[in-house]
Amino acid sequence: MSDQTAEPLVKVDGLHTYYGKSHILHGVSLTVGHGEVVGLLGRNGVGKSTTLKTIIGLVDAAQGSILFEGRSIAKMPPHKLAQIGIGYVPEDRRIFRLLTVMENLRTGLDRTGVTEARKKELLDKAFSYFPRLAERRNQAGGTLSGGEQQMLAIARAMMLEPKIILLDEPTEGLMPRMVSQIRNIVDVLHKEGVAILLVEQNVPLTLEASQRIYVMEKGEVRHHCAASEISVDHPVIKQYLGV
Amino acid sequence: MDAIAHFFGAIPFELLLIQTVNGIVTGMILALVASGLTLIFGIMDVVNFAHGELFMIGAYIGVVVLATTGNFWLALVISTLLVGLLGAAMQILTLRPLIGRDPLTTILATFGISLILQNYALWQFGPTSRKLPEPITSSFTLFYLQYPWYRIVITVISAAIIGSFWAFLKYSKFGVWIRATTQDRVMAQAMGIPVPWVYTGVFALGAAMAGASGMLFGPLGSINHTMGLDWVLKAFIVVVVGGMGNLGGSIVAAIFISLLEAYAAIWVSPAQAVIVSFIVLILTLLFRPTGLFVSISK
Repeated sequence: MSDQTAEPLVKVDGLHTYYGKSHILHGVSLTVGHGEVVGLLGRNGVGKSTTLKTIIGLVDAAQGSILFEGRSIAKMPPHKLAQIGIGYVPEDRRIFRLLTVMENLRTGLDRTGVTEARKKELLDKAFSYFPRLAERRNQAGGTLSGGEQQMLAIARAMMLEPKIILLDEPTEGLMPRMVSQIRNIVDVLHKEGVAILLVEQNVPLTLEASQRIYVMEKGEVRHHCAASEISVDHPVIKQYLGV
Repeated sequence: MDAIAHFFGAIPFELLLIQTVNGIVTGMILALVASGLTLIFGIMDVVNFAHGELFMIGAYIGVVVLATTGNFWLALVISTLLVGLLGAAMQILTLRPLIGRDPLTTILATFGISLILQNYALWQFGPTSRKLPEPITSSFTLFYLQYPWYRIVITVISAAIIGSFWAFLKYSKFGVWIRATTQDRVMAQAMGIPVPWVYTGVFALGAAMAGASGMLFGPLGSINHTMGLDWVLKAFIVVVVGGMGNLGGSIVAAIFISLLEAYAAIWVSPAQAVIVSFIVLILTLLFRPTGLFVSISK
């Protein structure tokens, strides 16, 4: 568990979100500590992705607070959030399909205050984790395979030098080999001190990669514990995630 | 068959060549106007009905600056910059508050602005047409014609503006931002791209291109408060034929339609030749509603 006395990196409290008239989040509360990997589990449509979208400001919170390093970010536009250190890797990856791999990375790299040397460092690092991207740097994002697009989406978020990455179902639809690569990169990011809020359907992977987990149902957090306290066949997992 | 061969054989080769040159000259100015229009549409989903008025204001600013300074090229630079600023102000004041609303609201807003600008020009400059003198008066012999060098210069300048704009889109940081925003506005924001300012910048750029083309075209026609109408109409045709939001398509379509009109003018009067554009438009809408050149850019 993270240090309880320290201010968490992200603190979400009593979040309510609507899509039009449908009430999606019914008071979600969660915290992510500095450098902590937190898993967010739950069946399809329980509001996991919406929670991430609300944090990054793509969906407005009707009620509740979102604190990042102690200050309220609920009214900040998404581009400001990216600038202060929140990276987002959406479920459908949302690669800029007509932009090359390099240009996709540049969208996060061409910020003010990043020196050329630093840009090169960040690129080299990303390419060392994802050599495939280096090979395909001048290829359009849309021509990459699903797994490569996922790598690009993660690498692109890394260009922002984020303090936290909101990672939405990164292994969905990927081949097992790709899944283990994604699993590795989560560890690498964790070692570098980047916090991750990981939304996943893959329970074993989430339990392995995270320090703590939250389980959601019907727009609410129903269970919260250390990842080590729970296993795949735990009753809670059966109740909220079993089929 | 003989009749057809006779018909085409009767067109003197020189005339065909002259009309080709004419078509390319008008085509390049049209491409410049249409580039701004298609850029604004492609990125912001805004159909800018005031585009022709920005063209007209560009020409009028040219008239005023030229009268004060006597330097045509300085006037070109100033009018381009001022119309760009006008575009930025227009976007911030009227279009930015409408982001996310029904597209009809932006159509009404830009249409309203076009009326305001037209009437402002009428009030400020009166109904009498003004003339902009050609900055280059020399000409060269093209068969039996004395062809003004200025027309060739306009073509080259237009091509240079479009070319540098293309390079800007391709290589600069802001260009990458613009293209990213066009493809996925939401993800662009999540990558820290200040999308509202990208919109303002794009609108300013599009407006500046309209202003520059108004000033460049000024010496070829007469300048009055309704001069934008013809151009914007043709630019809309070009944008639709080229594929809405497709920059390369618009440029090809501008030259294509201008050439067709120029050739048609061999047989009919130039005013009737305009019909050709409409025929192309209607055929495009019937058979290729996404534009003729979609496959080229994708």
